[in-house]
Amino acid sequence: MKFLATLRNDLEAALAGRVPSRFTHRPQKIIETVSTGIPEIDSLTGGLPRGSLTEICGPPCSGHMSMLLAALAARTEKLEACALVDGHDAFDPLSAEAAGVNLKHLLWVRCRNIDQSLRATNLLLQSGGFGLIALDLSDIAPQTVRYIPLNAWFRFQKTVEDTPTILLLLDQESNTKTCASLVLSLGRNSARWSAPPEVAQSQSQPNSLARLLDGSGVHAKVLRSRITPVTAISSHPDFAPRAEAHSQETFRGYSETGFEVRTMWSYSGAMTSSPADSKL
Amino acid sequence: MVFAAIYILDFSVQAAIRVEPSLRDSAVALVDGVPPQVKVVAANGRAFQAGTELGMARNVADQFESVQIRPRSHLHEKAAHAALLDFGWSISPRIEDTAPDTIVIDLAGLSSLFGSQENIARRLLQQIVALGLTAHIAIASNIDAAIHAARGFSGITLIPSGEESKHLGSLPVGVLRPSPETLDTLELWGVRTCEALAALPVLQLSERLGQEGVRLHEWAQGAGARSLVLADPATCFEEGIVLEDSVEELEPLSFLLGRLLDQLCMRLTARSLAISIIRLRFSLDPSGREDVQRRGNSNISARLKKKSSVFETAISLPVPIRDSKLLLKLLRLKLQSDPPQAPIQKIFVAAEPAKPRALQADLFLPSSPHAEKVELIIARLANLVGDSNIGSPHLLDTHHPDAFCMDHFTPAGAEPKAPQRKKPLKSNRPYWGVKPEIEKPALGFRMFRPSLPASVHLQEGLPKSVLIRGTHGKVIGASGPWRTSGDWWREDNWHQDEWDLEIRFQLPSDPLEIHSASRPQHGLYRFHFDSLQRKWFVRGIYD
Repeated sequence: MKFLATLRNDLEAALAGRVPSRFTHRPQKIIETVSTGIPEIDSLTGGLPRGSLTEICGPPCSGHMSMLLAALAARTEKLEACALVDGHDAFDPLSAEAAGVNLKHLLWVRCRNIDQSLRATNLLLQSGGFGLIALDLSDIAPQTVRYIPLNAWFRFQKTVEDTPTILLLLDQESNTKTCASLVLSLGRNSARWSAPPEVAQSQSQPNSLARLLDGSGVHAKVLRSRITPVTAISSHPDFAPRAEAHSQETFRGYSETGFEVRTMWSYSGAMTSSPADSKL
Repeated sequence: MVFAAIYILDFSVQAAIRVEPSLRDSAVALVDGVPPQVKVVAANGRAFQAGTELGMARNVADQFESVQIRPRSHLHEKAAHAALLDFGWSISPRIEDTAPDTIVIDLAGLSSLFGSQENIARRLLQQIVALGLTAHIAIASNIDAAIHAARGFSGITLIPSGEESKHLGSLPVGVLRPSPETLDTLELWGVRTCEALAALPVLQLSERLGQEGVRLHEWAQGAGARSLVLADPATCFEEGIVLEDSVEELEPLSFLLGRLLDQLCMRLTARSLAISIIRLRFSLDPSGREDVQRRGNSNISARLKKKSSVFETAISLPVPIRDSKLLLKLLRLKLQSDPPQAPIQKIFVAAEPAKPRALQADLFLPSSPHAEKVELIIARLANLVGDSNIGSPHLLDTHHPDAFCMDHFTPAGAEPKAPQRKKPLKSNRPYWGVKPEIEKPALGFRMFRPSLPASVHLQEGLPKSVLIRGTHGKVIGASGPWRTSGDWWREDNWHQDEWDLEIRFQLPSDPLEIHSASRPQHGLYRFHFDSLQRKWFVRGIYD
């Protein structure tokens, strides 16, 4: 350490007048995080970081959309304006509304290709003011997404930096490298089916007419995270929900977790209404 | 009562200069008529000094190189007159539309706002100059005296009450605008000033000139009292320009549009209004169409023949806007996506006014994108992905699958409303902790648009295996059928059975190579059997 200090002093003396300031550590930024809408993921990651790029990757059917809907529901509930750049026009407004997304606060951009998606995201980032901008490339082949130059993600990260916007990228493989502050990998467990107790006891066939898709499990793993827990700055839940949470509950730091997702017509144990009605 | 009369000198010429400000320091003459009888009908002082005369033929006027010749445009004059009226309403709600070049404003009560009459007059003059017009202003307690003083004296004239006759005395009789016959008669009598006219006995004057003589005598004395004929405020704002040479390119068109929008916004600012809907109308050049047709592009020619010679478009703004630059960008983007099919001869811009948005930021609402900026971004995005592919989804009241429409996106802050109060936290439920079972996150669904065709093998009425794009999969879990139907009275009615299927694909599998290049070994899909087409489709995947 003494050698390093001496070396630093020598370098500073040699470069005096040629560098604007002394060699100092960059002050560590306190990244504000907000809830993802899924408590298990919040415990795992600390939430979605504002002013940063968050990447959620995983194979198809691994829970991208479930997580996106949870995040959109959490943000629109707070009356934040959100934007979804839909890379393959796959967003389903019906399931989104059932998940609690306030569609009035959602700007949906239906793109046809990756070029449109990137341009649209760039325009939205430049405009500012959005609480969450999601770029959904999950339905685009990973070979195609891989061709996006790294500087595009770097530019996005720089644009969103120092803004309250959350930039969420959903794709099949992690492509953003170090540009993302948080990279999360998702995977799907087997589906969960449910039936009324009397049917469940009487029928043992795998394909039953009297059962419903109840949901499935999703496991999530943190591939990269730069988020550090912040200290509480206010006790008011409207101003610092994340800070309050960290002050009450210690950041666990697990690298893997799992959570359950439910269908909009799911029931627990007993059927409350006609399946067709609830499904419709 | 005190009134201010505002008179615009050489109104026709100033209306033309207002549209083309570069002519402000030039000698300008306006011509009108049907060729070959095109004559000079108006000119400014510099043009008269250069030798131009009223009634001079155009080919003669063209010989004066220093004089700019322009066709007289009633459109420009109408717009200038409307701007003058808007200016009047910005000062007082009580104004009289006396003539195209003259308005009278009731100044009652304005002294407490603007000070003395002289200050009011100076303020009026400054604001008129900002409109691009040059005016004479006269303030008097008599409406007609103020009008005649404004027409006769340049600059600002203040006439104290009771001294009208003294001030108007030196003016020529012509400012009273008598009929040509009466003017000739007065000229023959040697009556050239108002003072001379006021000195004539009124009885004899009425015997010789009738009621017009009595009226002129009264005006010359600065006597008479009448009420203000109030004008109704305009509800639509229009600006237009007639082009000598047709415009084809967007850049010069943007330049002209920018100028018109500036004028429009200035008028709206004077009335403390903003624009809610802006309409654009172009008169297209028929000869330009023929040129296009001559080029042999039969497709375009056929399209042009079908279309009228007028191009119209409109932008409805969710938030009233008064920023001319922003409006210009929006119109440019609109014209880029939907350009006119022929050169443009005339441009009309009309604005439907609305009260400007007054919104106070809420401490408890998160910051949202600026409404004006959002409009611009949406216009740019619409230019990129198409109008129908951007907005806020709005679910339709039907059971038809994938039934929604796109609404215009308006950020939360643009519509003032009471903030949603967060539900009080229950003491036994930690804010960040694990929520009850019922509050699990929802299972997402990805829609395939359009649905993918598939083959499903049934055994005892239950799906056993599927074939999607040549890939086999075994059904390991199923739920259904959930039957829906509707709109049986329409051609696009539907009748289908939905199934939720958990499928394990045979490796190597690539069932949805278009939608994803990765290979899910198993997944949750929603299939549906279309009873009308007797075919199976994949509606989407649970994600």
